Amino acid sequence: MTASARRLKGGLRAAALSLYLAFALFPLFWLLKVSVTPNILLYSEGIRMWPSRMTLDHYAYVLTHSQFPVFFRNSSIVAGGTAVCVTLLAALAGYAMSRFRFRGKAVIVVLMLITQMFPLAMLVAPIFRMMASVGLTNNLLGLVVVYTAFNVPFATFLMQSFFDGIPKDLEEAAMIDGATRFVAFRHIVLPLTLPGIAATLGFVFTAAWSELLFALMLISDNQVSTFPVGLLTFVSKFSVDFGQMMAAAVMALVPAGFFFLLIQRYLVQGLTAGAVKG
Amino acid sequence: MTASLLAHGGPRKPPLRLFQRVEPYLYTAPSLVLIVALILVPLALGVSYAFQDVQLLDPLSGGYVGLDHFRDMAGDKAFRGALANTLWWTAASVVLQFLLGLVLALLLDKPFRGRGLVQALVFLPWAVPSFLVGLNWAWLFNPVVGPIPGWLTALGLMSAPTNILSDPALAMWGPIAANVWGGIPFFAITLLAALQSIPRDLYDAAAIDGASALQRFWSITVPFLAPTVVTTVLLRTIWIANFADLIVVMTNGGPADHTQILSSYIFTVAFKQLDFGYASAVALVLLALLSLYTLSILMLRRLVLKDHR
Repeated sequence: MTASARRLKGGLRAAALSLYLAFALFPLFWLLKVSVTPNILLYSEGIRMWPSRMTLDHYAYVLTHSQFPVFFRNSSIVAGGTAVCVTLLAALAGYAMSRFRFRGKAVIVVLMLITQMFPLAMLVAPIFRMMASVGLTNNLLGLVVVYTAFNVPFATFLMQSFFDGIPKDLEEAAMIDGATRFVAFRHIVLPLTLPGIAATLGFVFTAAWSELLFALMLISDNQVSTFPVGLLTFVSKFSVDFGQMMAAAVMALVPAGFFFLLIQRYLVQGLTAGAVKG
Repeated sequence: MTASLLAHGGPRKPPLRLFQRVEPYLYTAPSLVLIVALILVPLALGVSYAFQDVQLLDPLSGGYVGLDHFRDMAGDKAFRGALANTLWWTAASVVLQFLLGLVLALLLDKPFRGRGLVQALVFLPWAVPSFLVGLNWAWLFNPVVGPIPGWLTALGLMSAPTNILSDPALAMWGPIAANVWGGIPFFAITLLAALQSIPRDLYDAAAIDGASALQRFWSITVPFLAPTVVTTVLLRTIWIANFADLIVVMTNGGPADHTQILSSYIFTVAFKQLDFGYASAVALVLLALLSLYTLSILMLRRLVLKDHR
């Protein structure tokens, strides 16, 4: 290839990547822009790329005069609780799938795969009735229980792939020295899997933080609304105050963005292990 | 840590065999109990609801009605519309996500300066919760606060800046655009992983033998990518067909059911009409269609693989 042809190719690549970057970032940029635009300028300046004057009033209002801090707290409890429960269960199950050969293992794998394939909408009505009969509707614990069940299969596959990457010799040596398998698992294998555990926590937290439909169905009381439900109710009731809504949206993005940075490195491994998260 | 374990003394006699035999089940039991109680039991219940009259607010409901729900479906215009919309929504989303994701993966495959940063930024939409993707795009399409109607008018594609989400003919493009935006990273990430596992020597050898860039793409890249493509497209199709969030957030199925897909229709029937029986019957049809699709793809793959051998 001649030098000029190579330069042309590099230029085309850069141009194409710039288009992708613009497409990926523009919607988020617009969210940020409207959230800092004063209300009077919102309509008069139309679709200017940046307002002539900036304000943080929308953020201040959302934090002090709306229920969003409550929604934020509820979502943090639900997503954090789910992430911890799932990671605990998935670490145990993933370890068993990685290290043991036992009767029924193939059945478990098929069972877990099935849970990833069928429409969750199928579960809408039965789960609502089951949760209502034990008083777990309008209850954050109810959401944690449901989300934990939904996320365990994927997290188990993910943890299994992390355990598979750790040599068996380490714990076998400890077991020959008299440690039980559980002690070896806790003291030798788990510390080595910490990055994997962090990734699993991040994946599950993000999934639980984003879940909308089951939360819409199981929660009707504003006091226990999660962020998605709260924001959606807010939007359908007060659909005029765009600045406030976008300020709230930007704040809802922060935890998701934080966990994205945490798990970015594991994305490829995670998605190839389970290939399910959207 | 190992030292303290060593201090416990020499090798002990092996533990009881019974314990060894139940040990794997102790590790897996908590997860399995939860999955059975909250996924498999409701799944079985859901299947049985499809043949029952289950109304949330009617305590007298609950009798078996046989295939009545399915007979009703045959005459239900909203159901037929949702079926057609599901095909359209799924096909358009998967094709666009896949093609744009493949091009992005190819662009990111060769090293260049700043690749790590570019990669983190283009993959960012993957981290945005789907309800925010929906709201964000609904606002972009809103002529009051969003730029898209203005741009389309300036380009002459629209006579006046209106909201396409309220136009029956165009509304479906709103959720599709949002879905493509959020879904490109999934394909780019998985295809990039597959691309990077192709041995580089193959390309070098082919180049020495005089193969052109296009020939190398067709005879090396495509066959290596094919298995990943089949798996990811299959999983993604199922996932998107089931994915109701964007539609619920952006249009709620409207205007006049023009963006209703089967999964959003199930939620509408269950939580607006409170008819759990009919909702479960629709869900069962969706499940049957997706199973049929999965089986045919897997059979197709087996056929293709056999031909190659």
